[in-house]
Amino acid sequence: MKELICIVCPNSCHLRVDEERNFQVSGNSCPRGAEYGRSELMHPVRVVTSTVRCRGGAYPRCPVKTNRPVPKESIFAVMDAMEGVTLTAPVRTGDIVIQNICGTGADLVATRNMEKEN
Amino acid sequence: MYDLIVVGGGPAGLAAAWAAWEKGLRKILIVERDRELGGILNQCIHNGFGLHHFKEELTGPEYAGRFISMIHATGVETRLDTMVLEVTWDKRVCMVGKSTGYREEQAKTVVLAMGCRERTRGAIAIPGTRPAGIFTAGAAQRYVNMEGWLPGKRVVILGSGDIGLIMARRMTLEGAKVLACVEVMPYSGGLSRNIVQCLQDFDIPLYLSHTVTEIRGEKRVEQVVVSRVDENRRPIPGTEMVFDCDTLLLSVGLIPENELTRQAGIEMDPRTNGPKVYENMEVSVPGIFACGNVCHVHDLVDYVTAESLRAGEAAAAYVLSGDRAGKTLTVQNGPGVTYTVPQKIRTEGVEKNCGIFFRVNRVCRDSEILVTSGETVIAKYSRSHLAPGEMEHIMLPGVLLNKAEGEITLSVREA
Repeated sequence: MKELICIVCPNSCHLRVDEERNFQVSGNSCPRGAEYGRSELMHPVRVVTSTVRCRGGAYPRCPVKTNRPVPKESIFAVMDAMEGVTLTAPVRTGDIVIQNICGTGADLVATRNMEKEN
Repeated sequence: MYDLIVVGGGPAGLAAAWAAWEKGLRKILIVERDRELGGILNQCIHNGFGLHHFKEELTGPEYAGRFISMIHATGVETRLDTMVLEVTWDKRVCMVGKSTGYREEQAKTVVLAMGCRERTRGAIAIPGTRPAGIFTAGAAQRYVNMEGWLPGKRVVILGSGDIGLIMARRMTLEGAKVLACVEVMPYSGGLSRNIVQCLQDFDIPLYLSHTVTEIRGEKRVEQVVVSRVDENRRPIPGTEMVFDCDTLLLSVGLIPENELTRQAGIEMDPRTNGPKVYENMEVSVPGIFACGNVCHVHDLVDYVTAESLRAGEAAAAYVLSGDRAGKTLTVQNGPGVTYTVPQKIRTEGVEKNCGIFFRVNRVCRDSEILVTSGETVIAKYSRSHLAPGEMEHIMLPGVLLNKAEGEITLSVREA
């Protein structure tokens, strides 16, 4: 039996995962918690959020995220991959910045609109 | 003449304006001092927002973006780059803006949604020199996430509030070394999920019951000294640890920004540092409402939204159908509870349920939250885990409130 704190939402449920009984999860208050408990012990994943360079907008950085969780061990590879990117305004929320980033199956997408500044 | 002027275009102000529009008000103005709407969410690029309100996991800018689009689809006016200087009890709003100059506008109702600001080094008085390299965590967050500057390479974080934890991860991802997160209390001030995903994921040590007792360095921070504290939060001599670092981030609390509120003569609550509010978020001056972090500091923007929708709806009801009256109950905080919002309930205004937000004053396991009227327990809620860093919420059925007289008390009983 392993105890962990669910990070799916800010409720921070205290989970118990039974490795002996097919990773059965208790203490969760939603199905996402059960899924998190299993995956955290079998193959932990995280959504990576960061920024990339952006030219021509109100700010020099545009926020981005992986549109699905990526393996925890690939977080720093994902960070390195986005280092080389420069976007040009206008940018729309959801625009794909890097497809299938580091072969994780997740796309890196923009998370805000960046209007073109005159 | 405006039906409603909203002071602040962050998540609270946006939700209040939108709700008032939905309820039929048509002359609405949002006044925002920044160059864009969205408030602090614009720099909170991490995810975890919106699970309650939008039923999906969004980043801060995405959450703000949804509300900005909703507002742009209405006829709500916005005035950016404009600072409100004064709100009077008779709802005259004085403001100054870069392109519009000084203006006074009259409104039928006002929603105060100014949010909060960070407690600084001065407010907690750390001894030592005054070098560069000391930032509030939120200021560092803006530098990194919006302006593209990394404030330092070797970092100590004082305080384990959520922004400090989020910045521990953020600085690590950007290549800085975060040496320690130091918390004076015996428990973290942030959400448990942030301890896990921001500190434990990156092996950043959390020192509970410790504080920074000295800052060293002439031009730039060179070292900070961290000491263990006793149960009265006094440093214990002989427990000093020295960290070689160039940066100290402070995540030592947020202060609701209520200068305008006090100036208007609105009754304040010393427990929340915000105005006292009724169940509909109305303050002691009829027709003025407050919502979001200006009322009490929230952990979750979803709750800010819920509260602010109520404030906006109530502002619309005030314009369209007049003042509320009737039986008023005072909500008291009993043992184990630090504060409640609302502080007052007009039972007539409660439809089915009355939501009450509150915080506990210590970490509790397997507890009961009791609502009492005199000696009688009128409602009971059980919780397996309670912590001061995690705001709690109960829904009190209106029928129970009808039985109460005078005041009701919220308390925690640990099993």
